[in-house]
Amino acid sequence: MPREDDQSAVKIAEAVARRSYGKLVAILAAPTRDVAGAEDALSEAFTSALAEWPVNGAPRSPEAWLLAVARRRMVDAVRRRQVGTAVSDHLQLLAAEWEARASEAPHIPDERLALMFACAHPAIEPGIRAPLILQTILGFDAQAIGSAFLVSPAAMGQRLARAKNKIRRAGIPFRVPDRTDMRARLGAVLEAVYATYTEGWSDPTGAVVRLRDLAEEAIWLGRLIVALLPEEAEAYGLLALMLYSHARRGARRDLAGEFVPLADQDPAVWDDGLIDEAEALLSRASAFDAFDRYQLEAAIQSAHVVRRRTGASDWAAIERLYDGLCAITGSAVAAVNRAVAIAQTRGAAAGLAALPEPSPGNRLVEYQPYWAARAELLSRLGDVAAAHEAYDQAIGLAAEPAVRSFLQKRRAQSSIPSKV
Amino acid sequence: MQYMLLVYWDEARQAVATTEQKAATFAAYSAYTEAMTKAGAFVAGSGLQDSTTATIVRAPDGKAQVLNGPYVESKEQLAGYYLIEAADLDDALAWAARCPGAEQGTVEIRPLMIY
Repeated sequence: MPREDDQSAVKIAEAVARRSYGKLVAILAAPTRDVAGAEDALSEAFTSALAEWPVNGAPRSPEAWLLAVARRRMVDAVRRRQVGTAVSDHLQLLAAEWEARASEAPHIPDERLALMFACAHPAIEPGIRAPLILQTILGFDAQAIGSAFLVSPAAMGQRLARAKNKIRRAGIPFRVPDRTDMRARLGAVLEAVYATYTEGWSDPTGAVVRLRDLAEEAIWLGRLIVALLPEEAEAYGLLALMLYSHARRGARRDLAGEFVPLADQDPAVWDDGLIDEAEALLSRASAFDAFDRYQLEAAIQSAHVVRRRTGASDWAAIERLYDGLCAITGSAVAAVNRAVAIAQTRGAAAGLAALPEPSPGNRLVEYQPYWAARAELLSRLGDVAAAHEAYDQAIGLAAEPAVRSFLQKRRAQSSIPSKV
Repeated sequence: MQYMLLVYWDEARQAVATTEQKAATFAAYSAYTEAMTKAGAFVAGSGLQDSTTATIVRAPDGKAQVLNGPYVESKEQLAGYYLIEAADLDDALAWAARCPGAEQGTVEIRPLMIY
């Protein structure tokens, strides 16, 4: 039945592409740091696979097959492209490196972490690190990444190419840093993964398939980092944080597609499996006795979801945790959330007093949740005119239709005096 | 790979340095150069006389024009360079971080062209 064979060979190729793309790019690029060349060679190898596997059957080790073909393509490309003495050096380097690796066969080493550290190297412009990781580890194209980060695909493509050029020409190493550099370097990798997650999170209805993928891919990267660096508390904290958020994904909209704020979400809609996993990760992170931003944010999520058992969020704990987060990050967003927690523990007036004032430095003037929180507190205190003004600002800044209509309803309700 | 470490510093600040401070700077650079040499990283390097000694040449239409330097008027001027052999950028960055010039000014790291 050749038709079925066709299908299964294509399926295998697709599965390998999904599971092993970054692994193969990392191995191919490591000796010469030529990421773009590795990607081109691998894409040619996949094309060959789609032509050959349906005819001859898929090889026993699809990854090894792809690697062998891609290596030949890379050597050919170097021969075509380069002239002079550099070419022989380059080819010798490739041959030596790969021969050494071949003796380790059939085990294919996992260099993805080293590649991630190269992508998030301090010599790489911070804004391009997350896109670079998405492209090299997950195989996203510039089109997909550009639309996720609201940058034109052409501009994104150029910036990615520039960054890959820098890796190759400046000699940025493919290496997991040693203990002394680990903290600072891991921070950049985790930041890129979290940026990926938050991009995906911004699509609550899951309407944009690409963005939904982004959140899940970020979690996949988070799991990979935890598996490869089991001694890093910060990595556990980030994965826990992403899983808590992901668990509440479905609860952010009601059946009519209306926005549901965290306080009004039905815990029955939360994903218990993900929350349990997050709780386990958070307790592992806290065993390391080192506090960082992700761990604190995950702990805040934990204090929110405790509601699924007790019926109420632990606002006192949330307030304390935000104290810590404000101290560590000095973030205006954390200060806004802290004020919201204070409003729960000590009343709306105390919350309003704790709310930071917008200033040119903190950009709160264009931060929609800030104006929504302010409006909410003013409304609770019965200052309808000031509440309306703050609601108007929040409505004007809302990017999602569901959030806009939610705020418009709250504004209308705030005019009714009995609400106070 | 080979990298050039370009050391920039504030000449005005150097001009008012005391004799002791200048001696300390010289000693720091000597020790740094010595350590680099022992590690096999040192290829070449030197300090430069200050930018008031700079002269620039341009020949836009084939005819050389000689002008008073430096090329760029700025507070921090190129003060010296090291040419080093390093395994990769991290290795070069480690040497740059140890350079006395990193404390006093700025060190720019540039990979050499590979022909």
